[in-house]
Amino acid sequence: MQPVGGVTRPHPHARAHARPDPAPSRLKYRMQRWLLTPGIRLGLRVGVPFCLCFALGSAFMADPQRRDALTLFMSDLRASIQERPEFMVGLMAIDGAGRNLSEDIREAVALDFPVSSFDLDLEQIRQRIIELDPVETAAVRIRPGGILQVDVTERQPAVVWRSRSGLSMLDETGAHVDNLVSRTARPELPLIAGQGADRAVAEALRLIGAARPLADRLRGLVRVGERRWDVVLDRGQRILLPPDKPVRALERVLALNEVRDLLERDVTVVDMRLRARPTVRMTGAAVEDWWKIRRINGYGQ
Amino acid sequence: MTDLYQSQRAMRQMRRQAMQRGVIAILDVGSSKIACLILRFDGTARLSEDNSIGSLAGQSGFRVVGAATTRSRGVQFGEITAMQETERAIRTALQAAQKMAEIRVDHVIACFSGANPRSYGLDATVELEGQVVTESEIARVLAACEVPEYGTGREVLHAQPVNFALDNRSGLIDPRGQLGHNLAVDMHMLTVDAAAIQHLVHCIKRCDLELAGIASSGYVSGISALVEDEQELGAACIDMGGGSTSISIFMKKHMIYADCVRMGGDHITGDISMGLGVPMANAERIKTFCGGVHATGADDRDMIDIGGDTGDWEHDRRTVSRAELIGIMRPRVEEILEEVRLRLDAAGFDHLPSQQIVLTGGSSQIMGLDGLASRILGQQVRLGRPLRVHGLPQSATGPGFAGAVGLALFAAHPQDEWWDFEVPVDRYPARSLRRAVKWFRDNW
Repeated sequence: MQPVGGVTRPHPHARAHARPDPAPSRLKYRMQRWLLTPGIRLGLRVGVPFCLCFALGSAFMADPQRRDALTLFMSDLRASIQERPEFMVGLMAIDGAGRNLSEDIREAVALDFPVSSFDLDLEQIRQRIIELDPVETAAVRIRPGGILQVDVTERQPAVVWRSRSGLSMLDETGAHVDNLVSRTARPELPLIAGQGADRAVAEALRLIGAARPLADRLRGLVRVGERRWDVVLDRGQRILLPPDKPVRALERVLALNEVRDLLERDVTVVDMRLRARPTVRMTGAAVEDWWKIRRINGYGQ
Repeated sequence: MTDLYQSQRAMRQMRRQAMQRGVIAILDVGSSKIACLILRFDGTARLSEDNSIGSLAGQSGFRVVGAATTRSRGVQFGEITAMQETERAIRTALQAAQKMAEIRVDHVIACFSGANPRSYGLDATVELEGQVVTESEIARVLAACEVPEYGTGREVLHAQPVNFALDNRSGLIDPRGQLGHNLAVDMHMLTVDAAAIQHLVHCIKRCDLELAGIASSGYVSGISALVEDEQELGAACIDMGGGSTSISIFMKKHMIYADCVRMGGDHITGDISMGLGVPMANAERIKTFCGGVHATGADDRDMIDIGGDTGDWEHDRRTVSRAELIGIMRPRVEEILEEVRLRLDAAGFDHLPSQQIVLTGGSSQIMGLDGLASRILGQQVRLGRPLRVHGLPQSATGPGFAGAVGLALFAAHPQDEWWDFEVPVDRYPARSLRRAVKWFRDNW
């Protein structure tokens, strides 16, 4: 007797042999097709992991305490790597500089050794060294063994410049090398003077080279009006040179001197400023003498 | 006729879309199994450099990326009899194939074997308006074909121009650009029961798929199982399926006749099941493992366990000799082949120059079938297997997949059909006038 509407147990054999229906349900079928759609596939493969990572990251970062801890951890990690002995720089070696300059460089760079090579900005150090006046070029590198190697070429002073602020040494480009206490400290260097003389050092050197026959009489060069040179000789003699082609003018004076011993005479100024009209100014006594001689000879009016 | 044009053209359009997307599914709805292949088209097929046909016969334009078969349910004699069941089976096959291909397909080309296919030969002659045969002239001559009364409730499945004749020259494949006065065309039209098509369309629509083409199973298995010279010289392809046996006759690479015998492997299984009193599943297993059609003396001593699951020990351990099994199978196979012979005779196959017959389909794997078939059908019988295509799994290369593979070839290289040509203008004067008016109104 079975209850009405009761569940009848299937025959055990029938159940064993009834294979499950392999057909997917409509919903399952649609779902699979939906998941195979290229856009959805891409979304699931890229979009979902990305969103998940982003959400987790933001949730973690939302708390300032955790954020600080993370930054601290990161900086600790960074420091622990940077401070390994392999990366530490222990000393600075300077090549090509004198003792004074080396000390200046050390002062300028002002590093607290040992320091990690990650913290060294070599380009900045090089700039700081180059900014020093006596340094012409500088190369900075880190040598194996933790040495900061600085190779320096010093500027060579070419002239002494006397200006209102005192004596200083300039190299052949006119760059300032060093101050000088007294002229006698470097007597072998030629002297230039006048405002703006440092901007025309190359020309001055050419003039000095041209004036080599007068070397024992040459006192120095004076820049006049920041545009032209006067050659100052002893006995108060001056040669005024034009602004353009001063070397040619000086050579003309030297040739005149060779032939007529111009500068041996009682002349104060040889004026070459007008090329077509070289002019000579004599001393008062010489003029008196000249007048006297003319009168004696009867040439006067 | 216009709505035939429209529905078939809509399917062609669908197929073109699928080709653009590059993925299409092939669905062979058979009585014993439903096979689904997924094709990926990657570029057009190219001939090799020396213009010869390559090892794949120029079929390298696509490859099979997914393949699945499932036991068919709700299909009898190649026709759908239980829509829900069939729909579920189609879903199973498609899902498995999609899973293998890892791709979603939206377009499907289907073939089925049953539904009483009937062949008609049409012809027409027109006088050319100009000297040259143009596309529109071909359309005109095709439209001039007298469509026979194929009856209500029938639908045209294929309508292929088979032969063109220009004046006295016949056997032209492509007359375009040739000169002449009279253009004649022979056309082969295949009609099937409309209800069968409707059921299939409905099932496929219920699976969220777009139908991009329907083909007759006999036609597509002929494409894949007949080699090129057989198609050229003339041959009959007999696709022995589960519920029906399709016959298609090819000549000059065109199908010129198709028919169907509503008997197949399932009937053999049913005979075994009835004769031995075993379940269908057992009968199927016995048939595939031990079946045959030629009994020898050794077969009398070869005993087969026929099994059963009644729980009665004696009943479940019965044995029969293989000769008995052959004695059950052979009459049915003979009956099928005799019926095929009748159909071929009715089609006038014996008047063809070549009498080649190719047996394919799942039931053609019965041992010794070729010997029996050559006694009934004629001497030139061979067993055919489908063409090899790219990426087809080994399990889907047997003769049972001739239809599916042929459908893949058909999808890649469809033959010109009636509806591929423009309808001549005089067919719809009113509509074209309306269209002109509409254009005028839209643009001015």
